[in-house]
Amino acid sequence: MSAEVGGGHDWPLWEVFIRSKGGMAHRHVGSVHAPDPKLALAHARDTYTRRQEGISLWVIPSNAIVASDPADSGPLFEPAEDKVYRHPTFYDIPDVVKHI
Amino acid sequence: MPSLPTIEQDQIRHAKNAPDGGAFDAPSQMRDDPYHDYLLRLGDDSLVLGQRLAEWCGHAPGLEVDLSLANLALDLIGQATHLYDHANDGDGDALAFHRDVLDYRNCWLVEQPNGDFARTIARQLLFSTYQHLLYRELSASPDPFLAGLAAKAVKEVAYHRELASDWTIRLGDGTAESAGRMADGLDWCWRFIPELFEVDAVLEELIARQTVPDPRGFEGEYKAAIAGVLAEAKLEAPADQRPILGGRRGHHSEHLGHLLAVMQHLPRTYPDARW
Repeated sequence: MSAEVGGGHDWPLWEVFIRSKGGMAHRHVGSVHAPDPKLALAHARDTYTRRQEGISLWVIPSNAIVASDPADSGPLFEPAEDKVYRHPTFYDIPDVVKHI
Repeated sequence: MPSLPTIEQDQIRHAKNAPDGGAFDAPSQMRDDPYHDYLLRLGDDSLVLGQRLAEWCGHAPGLEVDLSLANLALDLIGQATHLYDHANDGDGDALAFHRDVLDYRNCWLVEQPNGDFARTIARQLLFSTYQHLLYRELSASPDPFLAGLAAKAVKEVAYHRELASDWTIRLGDGTAESAGRMADGLDWCWRFIPELFEVDAVLEELIARQTVPDPRGFEGEYKAAIAGVLAEAKLEAPADQRPILGGRRGHHSEHLGHLLAVMQHLPRTYPDARW
């Protein structure tokens, strides 16, 4: 990857999401560099679906993602620590129900 | 790795008896059979272009482009594998690795060196557009093997065509440098287009048997499609040049010999080696 030909290093970053099969949600799998949306989709296809990983792809400009600040993790996440009653662990899930 | 085998006397005799202008160390595998010849034409186009694209591995402008080109290469080499296996009773490797340059039947376009990325894209645009139209027609062939192969490959090739078109447009309608390189790449490849639509005696017979499509039937569509991409890329079509023909008869540029030397070196030095 020679820097002097300019490829890649000055392209924006895109986050890649794949739906592995019908009924499943798209999941974040990684990121690619690409100059525009259409090639971002092509690069995502060529990088992340080479082994039949999915049936649908999303790419999203990384800079469009609003992220939480690690410094706020106390107020954001710690209050949930002692609320065990929010976990669905007090009843049995039938075997036929998948993906929970 | 084993050391190089000793050269035996009968091999020297074999080399001395090689026909003028013919294969010098691999016996010719050509048969007087248009259908067999056609399988080789399709297979050689795919294999040689696949090998060319694989040369980009580790050198492409960007990791993602590296993978894109390798994916195209693997699609093409997969097509060649099916065609050679069908042409040679399941032993496709013999056709790929133990055949000399004069027996190769690919068009000149695919054997052209990669050049820079823009020239590689120009070559891909001109070839994938042709291959897409050809396989689309071929998928309606009454020959079940060709129809099956084309029906599978046409989806792969549709993606190749789309990717090459997208890159042509981005490079052509990009910076002054990328547009200049794209124009140079097209200029280099342009003289190899007429060969794609050449109809010789072999093709004539297969067309008459209605086994394969007449490429002249989609030549107009091809030219319009390329013109459409170039217009979107804000590029002028190169001036028509003296066409270069002969690949289908085994006449090739010197580049193909070098490509085959690299590709065939291991299997020909160590026949039947496994790894």
